[in-house]
Amino acid sequence: MKSEFTQPFGKISNINGQCIPLIGNDIDTDRIIPARFLKCVNFDSLGESVFEDDRKTLKGKHPFDLEENKNASILIVNSNFGCGSSREHAPQALMRWGIKAIIGESFADIFYSNCIAIGIPCFTLPKKSIEEMQNYCDNQFLFLEIDLKKSLAKSKDLNFNLEIRESSRKMFLTGEWDATSTLLDNENLIENKFNKLPYIKFNSYYS
Amino acid sequence: MSQDTLFDKVWDLHKVSSLPGGSDQIFIGLHLIHEVTSPQAFGALKDKKLKVKFPDRTVATVDHIVPTDNQSRPFKDNLAEQMIETLEKNCLEHKIRFFNIGSGNQGIVHVVAPELGLTQPGMTIACGDSHTSTHGAFGSIAFGIGTSQVRDVLATQTLAMNKLKVRQIWCENKLSKGVYAKDLVLHIINKLGVKAGVGFAYEFAGPAIHELSMEERMTICNMSIEGGARCGYINPDEKTFSYIKNKLYAPKNEHWDRALRWWESLKSDENSIYDDVIKLDASKVEPTVTWGITPGQSISINQQIPLLDELSPNDKLVAEEAYEYMSFKPGQLIKDTPVDVCFIGSCTNGRISDLRVAAKVLKGKKVSKNVKAFAVPGSEKVATKAKQEGLDQIFKDSGFQWREPGCSMCLAMNSDKLIGNQVSASSSNRNFKGRQGSPSGRTLLMSPAMVAAAAINGKVSDVREFIN
Repeated sequence: MKSEFTQPFGKISNINGQCIPLIGNDIDTDRIIPARFLKCVNFDSLGESVFEDDRKTLKGKHPFDLEENKNASILIVNSNFGCGSSREHAPQALMRWGIKAIIGESFADIFYSNCIAIGIPCFTLPKKSIEEMQNYCDNQFLFLEIDLKKSLAKSKDLNFNLEIRESSRKMFLTGEWDATSTLLDNENLIENKFNKLPYIKFNSYYS
Repeated sequence: MSQDTLFDKVWDLHKVSSLPGGSDQIFIGLHLIHEVTSPQAFGALKDKKLKVKFPDRTVATVDHIVPTDNQSRPFKDNLAEQMIETLEKNCLEHKIRFFNIGSGNQGIVHVVAPELGLTQPGMTIACGDSHTSTHGAFGSIAFGIGTSQVRDVLATQTLAMNKLKVRQIWCENKLSKGVYAKDLVLHIINKLGVKAGVGFAYEFAGPAIHELSMEERMTICNMSIEGGARCGYINPDEKTFSYIKNKLYAPKNEHWDRALRWWESLKSDENSIYDDVIKLDASKVEPTVTWGITPGQSISINQQIPLLDELSPNDKLVAEEAYEYMSFKPGQLIKDTPVDVCFIGSCTNGRISDLRVAAKVLKGKKVSKNVKAFAVPGSEKVATKAKQEGLDQIFKDSGFQWREPGCSMCLAMNSDKLIGNQVSASSSNRNFKGRQGSPSGRTLLMSPAMVAAAAINGKVSDVREFIN
């Protein structure tokens, strides 16, 4: 467990770090953070419990327990990662463990939006490239330099053209992934919309 | 790109602006909150010195952590007590309507909002819970969000979102006797896969869907997310309107007439365009049971657990994981698998019609000695109704425990948990590894009627043998 956790802030354009491969399709958020750890009113201590049950089952052999991965920050996953429960506790736990970006074959929708909302870029690559990365990590360290401006990931001997939804890429580059203030900029438009929606009027129980 | 579907219409109606990055800012008509995913959102509001923009558009209840045996306060579990207290404090401070335990209106958030008439056609509905898709049964566009998005809805009543594509799932004919909405939705998820819905809203349509009651429709939309679709909906019709009429928060008098006129205009056009259309025959669906660790891994009651060779390359990896975790052999029959725990409840199948169906199977029968069985009504209203109808007594006479409302062993955040590698027959929505509270616990998802049949026989059974 790394001690000095700092929340991402502002523009995010480059992420450099060691990759940690996690093999498996349909890894759900219950597995990322089991429900018993959701009994909390803040996210602070979630990092140590990430993948708790999977890690216990593998008795020290889970990628998140391996000594060589302790400084890794780029998670490499397969398809439909983060399916199931909408709990933001899942990406929060990953982030607090040390994950700063995720590259995978595909992501579940709610997990993906949660990652954007807390400043973790998620990239996709074809199955073949993901497997290439995961296999590479079997034998040696894979350090990637991710450039969001160019959607590129480079290591000393591998290059990947990452895919990321254009709106997400822009949000990271401008710092607008932390959406609240951008949304609040349109306060007048929000008021207008509120006044125009038909059902606000006929639901008289509302003010 | 889809055009003129209900989804397009409701999305366009709620669009506030196009954001610089290319996503849309969408107004949220109804925001539902509960104790698990809201405290950090209120904390973030405080940090950012923001207020709740439209407190009247948010409604709260407590469901995930509540005990179902003894609900007197303070809860025995300190952490659970701290969570309910935090929600109470936040609702009081921000003037948010809160349906607390004992109010008569508490329960699972996705059971409560429809039965109070809060859920209505044409609305956008968001909640920090993936099963928010349930509300789509009324022709609303409803989806689950995370805590940062809960913060955004509290602060702005809007969300930054990318518009989803729309897939119509057309269900021909109708369900046979002993086959329920749960079987149909498990069948759909199995046919399409657990990630087919990523990036899509699912429109469920066709004669088989039209035939379903509102509660059955909720079961279908509820599990959209298990097929990867964040949002699932059904075009509203007469059943929708008559379900809402006279509910506590339904529009009244002249407001009702106006609402009805608007709702009647709300549906996908006959020649609307979908990004994809899938057709299936509902009459072919049989009682369905999951055998694996994703809701897509299901078979009909008389089928064998698939062999590895029968699966597509993409499904093999998870299937191998599932055989091992579940201790099932490929080719084994699911029927007659012994069960240890039977659970009837959850936002998928914890409504009055679910309890009625299960009670019908249980009446005059006894739960197997080897089984611990318990029923958890979805809300205080459901519990009251069940008592009025004498259903609680039928459950108790059969050997079921009758509990207080909450999410309970669907996700096991309270003390209702599997122990060790127990097998549960469960009317809930997820059979993920460890989902029901034990890291090695095993879950078989099925309809409430099938859970009742399993409870009686102590093993997975075909409910059709009970209802002739």
